[in-house]
Amino acid sequence: MATTAGTLPAVGAHSGLWSWLTTVDHKRIGALYGVSAMAFFIMGGIEAILIRTQLAVPNGTVLEADRFNQLFTMHALTMIFLGVMPLGAAFFNWFVPLQIGARDVAFPRLNALSYWVFIGGGLLFVSSFIFGGAPNAGWFAYAPLTSERMSPGSGMDFYVVGLLMLGLSSLIAALNFAVTIINMRAPGMTMMRLPVFIWMTLVVAFLLILSLPVLTVALIQLLFDRSFTTHFFSPEEGGNPILWQHLFWVFGHPEVYILILPSFGIISEVLPVFSRKPLFGYAAVVFAGVSIAVLGFAVWSHHMFTTGLGTVPQIVFSASTMAIAVPTGVKIFNWLGTLYGGNIRFTTAMYFAVSVIVLFTIGGVTGVMHATVPVDTQQQDTYFIVAHLHYVLFGGSIMGIFSGVYYWFPKMTGRFLHEGLGKLHFWLFFIGMNLTFFPMHFLGVGGMPRRIYTYDADLGFDTWNMVATIGAYIIAVGMLAFLWNFVRTMRQAPSAPNDPWGGATLEWATSSPPPEHDFDVVPEVHDRDPLWYNRDHGVTTPAAPAHLHIHMPPPSYYPLVLGGALLLMGIGVLSHLAVTALGVVIAIYAVWAWTLEPTD
Amino acid sequence: MSTIDPKSDNTRRVQDLYVLVFWAATIVFVGVMAAALIFSFMYRERPGRTAQQIHGNTRLEIVWTLIPVVILAVIAVPTFDTVIKTTGDAPEGALEVIATGHQWWFEFEYPELGVTTANEMHVPVGRAVNVKLRSVDVIHSFWVPQLTGKTDMVPGHDNRLWFTPEVEGEFRAQCAEFCGTSHANMRFRVFVRSQGDFEAWVANQKKDRVAPTADLAKQGEQVFLTGACVGCHVVRGTAAAARVGPELTHVGERTTIASALLDNTPENMARWLRNPPAAKPGSKMPNLNLTEDQIQKLVAYLESLK
Amino acid sequence: MAAAGAHGVAHHSTTGIDNRKLLMWIFLASECLFFGSLISTYLIFKGKSLVGPYPDEILDIPVTSISTFVLLMSSLAMVLAVYGAEHGRPRMMKLWLLVTILLGLTFLGFQVYEFRTFGHEGLNLATNQFGASFFVLTGFHGTHVGVGVLILASLLLASFRRSGLGREAGFHVEIAGLYWHFVDIVWIVIFTLVYLIPQ
Repeated sequence: MATTAGTLPAVGAHSGLWSWLTTVDHKRIGALYGVSAMAFFIMGGIEAILIRTQLAVPNGTVLEADRFNQLFTMHALTMIFLGVMPLGAAFFNWFVPLQIGARDVAFPRLNALSYWVFIGGGLLFVSSFIFGGAPNAGWFAYAPLTSERMSPGSGMDFYVVGLLMLGLSSLIAALNFAVTIINMRAPGMTMMRLPVFIWMTLVVAFLLILSLPVLTVALIQLLFDRSFTTHFFSPEEGGNPILWQHLFWVFGHPEVYILILPSFGIISEVLPVFSRKPLFGYAAVVFAGVSIAVLGFAVWSHHMFTTGLGTVPQIVFSASTMAIAVPTGVKIFNWLGTLYGGNIRFTTAMYFAVSVIVLFTIGGVTGVMHATVPVDTQQQDTYFIVAHLHYVLFGGSIMGIFSGVYYWFPKMTGRFLHEGLGKLHFWLFFIGMNLTFFPMHFLGVGGMPRRIYTYDADLGFDTWNMVATIGAYIIAVGMLAFLWNFVRTMRQAPSAPNDPWGGATLEWATSSPPPEHDFDVVPEVHDRDPLWYNRDHGVTTPAAPAHLHIHMPPPSYYPLVLGGALLLMGIGVLSHLAVTALGVVIAIYAVWAWTLEPTD
Repeated sequence: MSTIDPKSDNTRRVQDLYVLVFWAATIVFVGVMAAALIFSFMYRERPGRTAQQIHGNTRLEIVWTLIPVVILAVIAVPTFDTVIKTTGDAPEGALEVIATGHQWWFEFEYPELGVTTANEMHVPVGRAVNVKLRSVDVIHSFWVPQLTGKTDMVPGHDNRLWFTPEVEGEFRAQCAEFCGTSHANMRFRVFVRSQGDFEAWVANQKKDRVAPTADLAKQGEQVFLTGACVGCHVVRGTAAAARVGPELTHVGERTTIASALLDNTPENMARWLRNPPAAKPGSKMPNLNLTEDQIQKLVAYLESLK
Repeated sequence: MAAAGAHGVAHHSTTGIDNRKLLMWIFLASECLFFGSLISTYLIFKGKSLVGPYPDEILDIPVTSISTFVLLMSSLAMVLAVYGAEHGRPRMMKLWLLVTILLGLTFLGFQVYEFRTFGHEGLNLATNQFGASFFVLTGFHGTHVGVGVLILASLLLASFRRSGLGREAGFHVEIAGLYWHFVDIVWIVIFTLVYLIPQ
């Protein structure tokens, strides 16, 4: 594991397990996020395979009802919080400093802390399977099903504590990236010269900063209902189950933009590079991303159209939801405009990027269908929604993330993932996901509800469910192809040049992989697509001086200690409060020592 | 359970809107897909080709921002119109039904007619039905795809929906909000009857139970009244009056049992009585460890309650 | 060139604002949403308690007005501490840090007194919606005040080292001041919405 990211050592001892545990280098932290997230993504995929195996035939007997309910709950939670979000974080970590010409993020130790809290929270979450059962009330955990009375046992307590920890991890990271992007740009890198990937990262950071606190309050109130006899969400004593839904979705809707915007940012980098022309309509793409984020806070009740909101709220949220289709559509057209007139090189990364345009559009138009409230009363809680969400999250987020993986792999490791295997991976994913999720539109239209562990044989659901299961297995084979590609690639020696693709942005102006200090000399920034500008205008980067006086922040074990303390606090809530008290004491010590630690 | 086979006024309105939105969506998708494929093919790298260094085209971008706005406006107007037409108060003279969700079965009460039953909702064709939606425990959702879109049954907060069935028939329905272990098994049926058949059904439902005449059924009533059954189930005309579980006064004439999970046959009834949680995981009706003899008697009795 | 990581000297940053100050401001933005959600919950349940004690029966406005005044005065003390730190007057800074801490602790003392009195009068978390939303809202606010006290106490303690708070004393105390003032402003909002506006 210590060698997978292949970061070249600079000054001092930087190998071995301890160096990974104490690292504050954004590239290593990115590698930690990436590998962990891929492992969780595979776990989420196995959960999906189990679900699909159960649903392949009517009245299936592979899984019992409660186990199925745990699996679909954990599949969603794993994919969202332990898969897609940390995969995004992996790329933020790796490429935000490089693309803005900084040498690290604003707060390197805080950066490490967000990783340790993430991995602690993630492991706590999945440990629920062996400690009395995983949460089983859906990832959205509607009250009052989640009350102590209706869901006795520790599953929902793991849900609360796990999500609080993961939320804290994401919040810390978001604060760090927001400050970094605003405050640490290289000279000449104005906001309107930022790569679109950086813009999307900044927007995602603000979405997290403003939406996570609302989820935190919802979780705290659920915790209090379950453990301290309050009645925020239980109706018998005056509580309001719909309040949970409002709080959850005020977070939950911005969350889906948090899940898609990094992928939009990635393909906004990949499409221009392999089309060999700039992104079409940069300002519109940036402005559309910001609009999506702002509007994203005004649509949350479209998840609640069937809860009895009333005619006026239904119309208002229907309108705002339709409105958000406009900036999204603009981005699609701008990406198509980027392909137009290009000289396109179809690498694996480009395959994945172009597929996002098509697959996300399918998810986007079915989203507009859901926005038309009366149609939603038929589609809500059916497989039609399952189809929609997987087209945007798999077809959009996952395919975009893999585009980034293939594009940036040489930069991160110095090696190229094999193109043939990569294309095989692509086709298996593309065919597999369409086979899995397109039939779900038919199942939804045919009346198959979602979150059901079985269905009857005489409803016409049999064939499409079997097709969907076969598609899921094809996706799994695709993932095996990717893993095989990864393993055999990492066995090769690094050989990639600084800029194998003819890239436009600053990460391609340093070695592959970069040295610990990222740049010997940060190139000048005169325009967006700085490397293309410099190439076209003959601007050369000055040679590095003979002695580099670059001081990088030293490693520190306090993020690990504080992360461990926070994990103890969480474990204590689930077991004995004495453990929480111990965690608090260690946390106070860790914060104190961290503040006094010299960083020179 | 098809959502595109409308058999009521409101589902027809929804269907009309769906057709509009479906075609708009298809045209947009086909356009995007075509552009992506055509551009990928036309502009694939060729020796000697150079990419056109275009940064954008403001006029084009304005046009392709406005076109989606127009498309959405075209969709929005009928959408809002349909919302107003299908929500709001039910038409005059609607039949009042109160549907209550329980983990994991549906209860139906006709307050003006003095009828309470479970699993099946009978309504007369051509008359609006105003369904008040309640829950005693968690959030459920009432959904009969061919007759009405769904609305949630939220404990502590009465919702309602209405529709006018336009043809006679039997329509399948299912809970559409995850409500716990046996959410998948929480189903019901709606029977749209002619006016005469509906009135006959109501008249029968209002009667107390048919007193058992066959020996086995009589013994079954004894087993019922002396066993745990009376703790949860009402059979009007006997001392059993608890309303925890479904009313069983006329259970024999229902087409399904166990919230429409099983067809109502003696074999299925016996299977259910033998071990309810085995048929319906998490069932609130426990395994009472009845002997086969007791089960035979109970089946005879319950099937006689027509 | 943006230097990364090294602390101790004010760094060049793209906006001219120090990274740590920007961090505090953005963190306070998230705190606005946190307290906003708690306050919204309180307002949603206003008037919806099924049983008493009800707010108008139990809230002691005169006493809470005093504790509010105490917290407001602590913000004044904080301003003076920041002034002392920024103008190289360590004794002034230490004095006013201490006063801020003491006033903050006094406020917390009032909170503890109020919680215990309410408990004796039959209002706790489980009693009704007012109890639940009131205690969670003011409890988390009190926790934030407590964390603020810990931060100020750490600064005060550290200032007794030979090097004191170092060259960036003013900066550290100013950032702590931002947090302290925010917590105070949140209390003003809570005091207005919970205590002053009639039920």
